[in-house]
Amino acid sequence: MKDFLFVYRSDFSNRPQTSPEEMQANTKRWMDWIGTIAAQNKLTDRGNRLDLNGKVLRPNNMVTDGPYTEIKESLAGYSIVKASSLEEALELAKGCPILAAGGNVEVREISVM
Amino acid sequence: MDERELIPHLFRTEYSKITAVLCRLFGFEQIETAEDIASDTFLSASELWGLKGLPEHPVAWLYTVAKNKAKNYLKHQAVFQQKITPQLKHQPTGTDIPEIDLSPQNIHDSQLQMIFAICHPAITAEAQIGLALRILCGFGINEIADAFLTNRETIAKRLQRAKDKLRTADVALIFPPPSEIDKRLETVLKTLYLLFNEGYYSSSHDNTLRKELCFEAMRLTKLLLDNPATNQPAVNALLALMSFHASRFDARIDNAGEIVLYADQDPNLWNHALIQQGEHFLNIASEGDKLSRYHLEAGIAWWHTIKADTKEKWECILQLYNHLLQLEYSPMAALNRTYALSKANGKEEAIAAAEKLALDHLHLYQLLMGELYQELSPAKARAHFEKALQLAASAADKKIIEARLRGCTD
Repeated sequence: MKDFLFVYRSDFSNRPQTSPEEMQANTKRWMDWIGTIAAQNKLTDRGNRLDLNGKVLRPNNMVTDGPYTEIKESLAGYSIVKASSLEEALELAKGCPILAAGGNVEVREISVM
Repeated sequence: MDERELIPHLFRTEYSKITAVLCRLFGFEQIETAEDIASDTFLSASELWGLKGLPEHPVAWLYTVAKNKAKNYLKHQAVFQQKITPQLKHQPTGTDIPEIDLSPQNIHDSQLQMIFAICHPAITAEAQIGLALRILCGFGINEIADAFLTNRETIAKRLQRAKDKLRTADVALIFPPPSEIDKRLETVLKTLYLLFNEGYYSSSHDNTLRKELCFEAMRLTKLLLDNPATNQPAVNALLALMSFHASRFDARIDNAGEIVLYADQDPNLWNHALIQQGEHFLNIASEGDKLSRYHLEAGIAWWHTIKADTKEKWECILQLYNHLLQLEYSPMAALNRTYALSKANGKEEAIAAAEKLALDHLHLYQLLMGELYQELSPAKARAHFEKALQLAASAADKKIIEARLRGCTD
């Protein structure tokens, strides 16, 4: 078994205001999805959500709002899962609630140094 | 309580106290001596009380006799050491034999230290439970063998090996220093949890024995709560969990000694005093910011004290299981979570999640799949129940599955 990093990304710039009920339903979708991975004993680290506000430091101390100027997509969070192959890890990523919200999950093997 | 019941009762309550106090005095390496003196004390009691009648204060009588026997032992040791091993530096003489302190405070401290000595990572969980039953709960070798569904030779050997190992590891009868207490307490809680489960889920048919195992685990957990250093949220949560489970003890076994599944239990048989006790300790457990697996399991057990099948109930149970599995995976938790998922989100979703669990080799998995398919596809349900029947080991489990098979209507 190897560890794989899930990186969640989404465009939060023009998302309509969500009601508390929708937020609650969204939290449940995340909990149920992560729970399904944990129930397979394949969750290494639930990881964290990231605050939407951040800055990027570039050479010569130049500070920008995000990694790209034209794309508004931002990093929403990360988790670490266990899988025997990249294919299996991708299989685990299916059903991630961020997909339904128009976001994406990047799956990367963590190489042990 | 009449005389015939009194000695076994006192043995259960006082044997462990005398052993703990003497062992603290002699050192862990002399645990057998401490056990022998405690056993000897009860032997004297059974001989003399039968002849002369009960003493006015049986417990005080036991303590006095135990003290005298311990003093005699120490005197003999002193003589032995002076004559045979004069090169030893420490030579206790008849006059400096230490006071044997059987005060409530010293009994309490000694028992607490004994809990930490026995629930030691140097020996296996199984050995810890065996030693706990023998030394902390005063169970006989036969009773322990019954509880573990094995024979007395196996248990006697297991206990001997465990003691030898603790001696080799140079385990001291001391309260762990503050820097170590959290880690050591984790092992202690795990052992007490397993001890409780041994009673609750054991397939031994001796119902009284199983109940006693559970109540002993609760008594030892309470002992930890009596000390400020070990009165921690996780310990309160564990006692809450045990109380909620124990509240269903009488409802989950019918008159024929067969297990009654939760859905079929009569809530009137649930013990409400124990449910209230559980709620009391769960409230205390909510202090602080550490969330242990015992908190989550106590939460799940609390929801099970409410019989009504509401959406809210199963949604909360599902989230508690989601959380629990992130803290600590176990196949049982994974299966129970899938059941909660079916109640909260529907059977189709639960079946899809169950297929990913890779637990096909467990009869409980096949039983659960059978239940989930019962309405959607009776043929598939039957196939799963049949697999479950092949995999089940105990007669009690087979009975439950056969009843399900009879209920299949295809």
